[in-house]
Amino acid sequence: MSSRITLDGVGQTFWVRGDEDKQLREFVAIENLDLDVAAGEFLTVVGPSGCGKSTVLDLIAGLAEPTSGELRIDGKPITGPGLDRSVVFQQYTLLPWRTAAGNVEFALEAKGGLSKKERAAGAREYLELVGLSEFANRYPHELSGGMKQRVAIARSLSYQPEVLLMDEPFGALDAQTRERLQEELVGIWKRTGTTVVFITHDIEEAVFLGQRVAVMSARPGGIKAIINVDLDRDAAAETDVRATREFAAYRHRIWSLLREQHAPAARTEELVHA
Amino acid sequence: MPSLIAEKTEARPNPRQEEAARAKGVSPGRRRAVSVARGVAGILTLALIWELAPTYGLVDAYFIPPLHVVLEEWWQMATDGELAKHVGASLVRSAIGFGLAIVVAIPVGAAIAWYRPVREFSTPVLEVFRNTAALAILPVFTLILGIGEASKISIVLYACFFPILLATISGVATVDPQLLRSAKVLGLSPVATFRKVVFPAAVPTIFTGIRISGAAAILVLIAAEMIGATAGLGFLINYAQFNFLIPKMYAAIITTALLGVAVNYGLVALERRFSRWRPA
Repeated sequence: MSSRITLDGVGQTFWVRGDEDKQLREFVAIENLDLDVAAGEFLTVVGPSGCGKSTVLDLIAGLAEPTSGELRIDGKPITGPGLDRSVVFQQYTLLPWRTAAGNVEFALEAKGGLSKKERAAGAREYLELVGLSEFANRYPHELSGGMKQRVAIARSLSYQPEVLLMDEPFGALDAQTRERLQEELVGIWKRTGTTVVFITHDIEEAVFLGQRVAVMSARPGGIKAIINVDLDRDAAAETDVRATREFAAYRHRIWSLLREQHAPAARTEELVHA
Repeated sequence: MPSLIAEKTEARPNPRQEEAARAKGVSPGRRRAVSVARGVAGILTLALIWELAPTYGLVDAYFIPPLHVVLEEWWQMATDGELAKHVGASLVRSAIGFGLAIVVAIPVGAAIAWYRPVREFSTPVLEVFRNTAALAILPVFTLILGIGEASKISIVLYACFFPILLATISGVATVDPQLLRSAKVLGLSPVATFRKVVFPAAVPTIFTGIRISGAAAILVLIAAEMIGATAGLGFLINYAQFNFLIPKMYAAIITTALLGVAVNYGLVALERRFSRWRPA
């Protein structure tokens, strides 16, 4: 059910054209990045915007190829997308002409080997998992942002991938909806045992969700530190974990790590502009 | 009377409140029956002006006869089968040309849009053709295909082809990259991606082209029939005018207008049928 992801000295560069000098040059998005994700683990990746978080996710998903280094899943190199991994993007990527159920069935059609009836049953099962049974026949424009993202999660889980990759999936939601979905996601993760790599720029979200939090440094992106988070999340429904002293301590530690790298970066920017 | 500003900025429940109340916001002053009645009143006003202006000598009643004279003539033509013959001839020509345009332009447009080099190669050429008025090259069609059905159907095909083709190219080429990324994550083949993602996403844009073409089909055909034909609404209008059968001419013009309205409404209804998933 679960899988082990290894990133070994991974680098990614893009071709860019300068805004001011109009010169073609290479832009190093991430450099020499090492990361191990254990089977069944919930890992969150937090970092300043533009540090290459999404690039890391694209590489694991197989949507892009690294310029250097190697990515392996269960020891096998990643050569492209595969149904062993699934991705939930920040933007709602539902097909607007299909209902909620139709969107889950879309993934099952891609998986193949299922009859129409089995696909419909699968869609029903996973919409129930995310609490949207009543809304199965609604079109995306008839759903709220939170509901759309639940459908996207149901779609991603429906073909039972070993790894769930999430790219700031709750970034566009309001605070209350976000917290509720975070709690539900932890519940789903516990039930399915899927390995989750969750990208966010929200420190509290990273601490609340992750068993481990990978803190990224910016330009070029790399892993700056990995923090083990030991919180009792079972009690999440009853007590407010986010209000505990332990939670605050984790939050502060990561905040300090991010702040540390921000300060010198700000100074160099000043120099550049001077 | 509420102005546009008052109408568009009227206080309404927001979507969340609508969701909570399981209801949709309405403006009390707006009822469908009233809106329809106003539209009917507009048409009746036009009819009244047409009827009264010649009667009271505001325009020459010989060149613009009162509406009731035209309608009597129309009814006469409708009952003795004359109208059916000409409408039939025009409809068959425009339907064949329009149908062929749809069948050919959509696959060709999709193929052009799929590969960027092909797109970049053909766009300027297509722009030249699109901006060449169909009627300007009618003589070319007549020269090559004669004055029979083939040249008329071809001119309709030509006029309908480019709007649909260009709409298809733009619809396919502007597909949301995020949708393509999710198809890629699912490992969908290019054919399946086209069928399940790109084409459905392009349908609304393609329909815009189809609607433009529907209007063009009738417009161009009427003009072509005026130049060389022995049946059809364009021929009828021209023939009536040559022979000073003025009411007949207006009856044919009204029929053309009705046909245009019917085609447009038909296409709008079809479009709605295919895009029920879109927000109203």
